[in-house]
Amino acid sequence: MTFSAFSRCLKFSLGALCLASGLSADETTMPVAIHGDMVYTMDGEPISDGLVLVRDGKIVFVGSAKDTFYTADHRVLRAKVVTPGLIDARATVGLSGIFNQDEDQDMLEKSAAMQPELRAIDAYNPRDPLVAYVRSFGITTVNTGHAPGMLISGQTMVAKTHGRTADEDAIKPDAMIAASLGSSGTTSEAGKAPGTRSKAVALLRAELIKAQAYVKKRAAEDESKRPARDLRLETLARALDGSQPLLITAHRQQDILSAIRVAKEFNLLIILDGCSDAPLVLDEIKASGFPVILHPTMARSFGDQENLSMETAAKLKAADIPFALQSGYENYVPKTRIVLFEAAIAAANGLAFDDALACVTIDAAKLLGVADRTGSITVGKDADLALYDGDLFEYTTHCIATLIDGTVYPGEDYE
Amino acid sequence: MRLGEFPRYMLPRLLCGLALIAAVTLHAQETPIAFTGATIIPITGEPIEHGLLLVQDGKITAVGDARTVRLSSDVQIVDVTGKVIMPGVIDSHSHIGGGSGGDSSSPIQPETRVLDSINVRDPRFQKTRSGGITTVNVMPGSGHLISGQTLYLKLREARVIDDMLITMPDGTIAGGLKMANGTNSLSGKNGFPGTRAKSVALVREQFIKAREYKEKLAKAGDDESKRPERNLALEELVEVLDGKRIVQHHTHRHDDIITVLRLAKEFGFKVALHHVSDGWKVAPEIAAAGVPCSVIAIDSPGGKLEARDLNFKTGRVLEEAGVTVGMHTDDGVTDSRFFIRSAALMVRAGMSREGALRALTLANAEILGLADRIGSLEPGKDADFIILSGDPLSVYTHVEQTWVEGRKVFDRANEKDRIYAVGGPGAGHPQSAYLCCFGESFAHHEHQ
Repeated sequence: MTFSAFSRCLKFSLGALCLASGLSADETTMPVAIHGDMVYTMDGEPISDGLVLVRDGKIVFVGSAKDTFYTADHRVLRAKVVTPGLIDARATVGLSGIFNQDEDQDMLEKSAAMQPELRAIDAYNPRDPLVAYVRSFGITTVNTGHAPGMLISGQTMVAKTHGRTADEDAIKPDAMIAASLGSSGTTSEAGKAPGTRSKAVALLRAELIKAQAYVKKRAAEDESKRPARDLRLETLARALDGSQPLLITAHRQQDILSAIRVAKEFNLLIILDGCSDAPLVLDEIKASGFPVILHPTMARSFGDQENLSMETAAKLKAADIPFALQSGYENYVPKTRIVLFEAAIAAANGLAFDDALACVTIDAAKLLGVADRTGSITVGKDADLALYDGDLFEYTTHCIATLIDGTVYPGEDYE
Repeated sequence: MRLGEFPRYMLPRLLCGLALIAAVTLHAQETPIAFTGATIIPITGEPIEHGLLLVQDGKITAVGDARTVRLSSDVQIVDVTGKVIMPGVIDSHSHIGGGSGGDSSSPIQPETRVLDSINVRDPRFQKTRSGGITTVNVMPGSGHLISGQTLYLKLREARVIDDMLITMPDGTIAGGLKMANGTNSLSGKNGFPGTRAKSVALVREQFIKAREYKEKLAKAGDDESKRPERNLALEELVEVLDGKRIVQHHTHRHDDIITVLRLAKEFGFKVALHHVSDGWKVAPEIAAAGVPCSVIAIDSPGGKLEARDLNFKTGRVLEEAGVTVGMHTDDGVTDSRFFIRSAALMVRAGMSREGALRALTLANAEILGLADRIGSLEPGKDADFIILSGDPLSVYTHVEQTWVEGRKVFDRANEKDRIYAVGGPGAGHPQSAYLCCFGESFAHHEHQ
């Protein structure tokens, strides 16, 4: 027996043993070797008969499995397809709980039209069953938080889907500030503002002007002349300096253009969210330079979203507009969408396979500002990986395991 | 076809379009068309490679191997080599057309008809055709114990609701009765129940009344003077007691499912269970009762307490228990354009391919009581079929054409149809009226 064969034999038996015994605390720190018939690294060409080695929660090797050796203490996993852990660029999972009862719905506070001070981290329930559910399909990172539905509903956070605590799982606790234009940012309640699109934009502009003044006053040299801290304006100040961008949900073309207009006026970095009408204003979106977090491809096509198309992802790609996909927000069923499924529909409607994978991995990571840690299978990045038993976009394929920071979690469960 | 034998739905067309329409209609109805070369999935048998599907007069006249059949010269041949043909998909539970049944005034309103409320210009009809669906059970909502009469529609091109109706041999319009239990009707207001036990008591009371009504009718026989006064609600329930109308029953939780079986046994009505989120927990009981299920695939569990344990595996578990498993969209809960995907997700969780495809077609036909005319590709059945670009259970496959009774009602190659399939500006608007009788829509629909 050659050394290579001996080593392989050892690691096979150990792998089988580990799978049989399930997860134990020790295994979360155990080095892992993942063999993939095809490894889509999203950092260079896909590798057939590829190998990914994981140690201390990081990727330490990625390349061909041929003539690559590793020690027998590795837990060995095998899959037909290995991808980076998937990233859901805009979700409400953990805030919009599975049961849809008052006590588990924390994604929308309706007491005021603009409450940017509401932090996702103060509401995120990492133990909501839907967090583990999306993880079982290979989703390792979510930009989750306050839903569309108020002019400014609150903040989002970028979190890994470990399901531990909000503080442990957050990798960007103050990711974005969620705003909505169009019908989801206005109210039909008589006597309440904003009741129209124009009023919504006027309120938003007025608030940003207040924040500008606040920033100026807070910078006063004489401490006694500085205004008291104001959580709301403090948050908007971060939107003004770009450290916490506004995520503006806008579906109708006029709302998309309003978002861009406001951004220009205040020199803001914004992210366009939803964008059902994007194909009608592709040039304007492209010229703005702002990225898009596109609506779920299978979203319901009603109201502001009546024009949505399964081909918009392909059109954004063709126009070279940076974009990622989202699961979005659902107030009924499915209580959360699975961004893997949404990407699959894009892949079946004109978006190339690699591009469909990119918009839920590396492109999403770049858009969320976490590409230094996740989004591709690259040495030194977090060991966030998804393992599938076939083309991940096919309806009948399964996610067989998900790794987050090197910890192995089970895939889909139909037992 | 002799004049006078025109199906009822065709009459308005003839009256409207006269010679031109009539000529085309006759053409579509009378010239046999052979679709050759596709893989044919008949549902009632093994898939046929290099298949032949022959249709005439709105019916299937032959299904077989294209290489062993010689076609006469009057047959129009359509080469669909490389494609897949399967029966038109049947959706046993949908809300397209925005139809409604009962209002909020009481929990039991069997006298209301979806028939009286449907908007046939709803763009979702064409979206539904683009999903390969040819027959659909349009239901009133689930907020009542008995919310009204459902309507089985053939998705023929339609100007008015009559164009889509299915007429049963006894001349009645095909449809079921929608019932529901569980939390949706538990408001405690306007006579609506506040508990599950009260829900059942109200329903039993009504069915007992219907039984008595039926007995009075029977006793009176032909003597009109002895007949009880007409009562629309009880008349419908008598149809249910007589087995002429199948109860299409919304139910989620395991105990609510068992409650439906108990009621059906007490009153002897035919019933199909819909949603059945907890069905996998009580599969042997459902199987023993011989009651079919129409299941739904939703991308995540929850959204309501009763659906917390919803799982794609329901199809598999019920199939393994020997239950007849159909499926539905509950459109707009799920989108009709992704209905075939729902079946694929059941296969993802272990249901057989054959079972999942049968769920979309023949099992749903059985649930609606229409299996003698639709649901499989067999000679004598209606020529309702779809042409797919590949394996029905693949995400990369598209429905290319949808045919109802030998007429093409959706064609992905047609830009105007395509927009309903993939979306885009205009997809939210009603389809332009198809008949009457000028211009593009006519040309598009008849000459491709």
